[in-house]
Amino acid sequence: MLCENCKQNPATLHFTKIVNGKKNEFHLCEHCAKEKGEVIGDNNNGFSFHHLLSGLLSFDQMMGNNPAPNSSETLKCNTCGLTFLQFKKTGKFGCSDCYTYFENQLDPIFRRIHGNSIHVGKVPARSGAKLHLKNKITNLKEELQQKIVKEEFEEAAKLRDQIRDLELKLSEGRG
Amino acid sequence: MSYEQYIKNPISEWMKGNGPESDIVISSRVRLARNLKDYPFPSLATDSHANEIIDQVEGVLNRDSSVDIGKFELIKMDELNDLQRRVLVEKHLISPNLANGSRKGAVALSDDESFSIMINEEDHLRIQCLLPGLKIYDAWKFANKIDDIFEKELEYAFDEKRGYLTSCPTNVGTGIRASVMMHVPALVITGQINRIVSAVTQVGLTVRGIYGEGSEALGNFIQISNQITLGQSENDIVENLYGVVNQIIELEKKARDNLIKESRYQIEDRVGRALGILSNARIIDSKEAAQKLSDLRLGIDLKMVNDISPITLNELMVMTQPGFLQFSSGEVLSPDERDIKRASIIREKLKN
Repeated sequence: MLCENCKQNPATLHFTKIVNGKKNEFHLCEHCAKEKGEVIGDNNNGFSFHHLLSGLLSFDQMMGNNPAPNSSETLKCNTCGLTFLQFKKTGKFGCSDCYTYFENQLDPIFRRIHGNSIHVGKVPARSGAKLHLKNKITNLKEELQQKIVKEEFEEAAKLRDQIRDLELKLSEGRG
Repeated sequence: MSYEQYIKNPISEWMKGNGPESDIVISSRVRLARNLKDYPFPSLATDSHANEIIDQVEGVLNRDSSVDIGKFELIKMDELNDLQRRVLVEKHLISPNLANGSRKGAVALSDDESFSIMINEEDHLRIQCLLPGLKIYDAWKFANKIDDIFEKELEYAFDEKRGYLTSCPTNVGTGIRASVMMHVPALVITGQINRIVSAVTQVGLTVRGIYGEGSEALGNFIQISNQITLGQSENDIVENLYGVVNQIIELEKKARDNLIKESRYQIEDRVGRALGILSNARIIDSKEAAQKLSDLRLGIDLKMVNDISPITLNELMVMTQPGFLQFSSGEVLSPDERDIKRASIIREKLKN
């Protein structure tokens, strides 16, 4: 069937419009449908990643790679309530905590999309500062242990206070 | 109404500048996907969450410390009608997704329209920088600077192992999408483009039409962007794209040289016909207009046509889109009326 509008391309989109009880059918090619504004947005007709994601995930089970297929069925993010099944269907996470709750299922997905599963690149200064703080605390704690072993208690007390201050800073989340 | 300036001019201030390789590369764009830690992603956010996010972004933009990134205007999608939103999409200032699909979507635009920050699209923030010509590294540098300013004030969803957390797993990690829009008529005419497209996809890049995901190649324009966002640094991603784009530029130049050498008459004929149709047609649909404008552009680049500026063509590319056509005539037009209006706008523009 050729497009009714341009009569050149094959009609790939078929519409039925009912206005005031009157039924109208028309058959258009993608181009004319867009021109007529019958297709809203460009992303409705593309074959996007989201269509592929559930395929990627079921492939996993088909190959028997998924260690516990049943547990992933009931997996759920406790923060936003999104289930793993919903994620598979829509291909979108609900909140940043989904990454934690679905953690065990994600490595193969990321490897398939990106060929990698670990981030390399920019780190926000704030998270960077936190990381820095964490490292500093770890180092100080080691030093503290050594002072205690050497029975230098005055020095140890100073370190203890320093660690407490840093830990407070870290828990405030504002390094 | 403050947003009018962004809608009434067909080309942004930034587009009037000339960038490197501008006979082949139209523009370079970098966008960064970012989310705030304590809110669900836009697909699950409530209206009040979404409004709070808009307020937070507005707060950062109005802060004194943000003064060196210039002035931004915040535009909420529900303040605009369909046509106005469509114009912003046609100017590449917002995505089709923000225009049609978002709830409580908004965009903050810089004066010269080179920066746009989409709010409540697929992610809370989409920081975008658009520059003319091949300036992909600068685009990354500028987008990064804006990102730094937001990051100082807002707590991003970030994980040491996974990087910047995004709504869609295809963006996680760096959250960067770097893309370059190119006009490659000679590669299309000589049929080399298909080979290039399949080669490009093997090095972690992807080719799309000019209006982003899902849109088809229109008038010999292609958009090349990175596909991988996890496990590669931003610099590597940008350099990789830059390298591939440079190779494609070389191939296009070689193809153009060959066309002139071997088929000069055919190309002159093609350009001449395009000019003839564009200056005389009374009815023209958007597909034909895009094709003929592309042919004419090739003629300008090859110095076969000397009295038309490439900027005029950039303008026409946007002015002949359905949204802009209807907006500039101030009324909703049927497709047939649009084809007539389109032809008359092109005739007028080419006369001057």
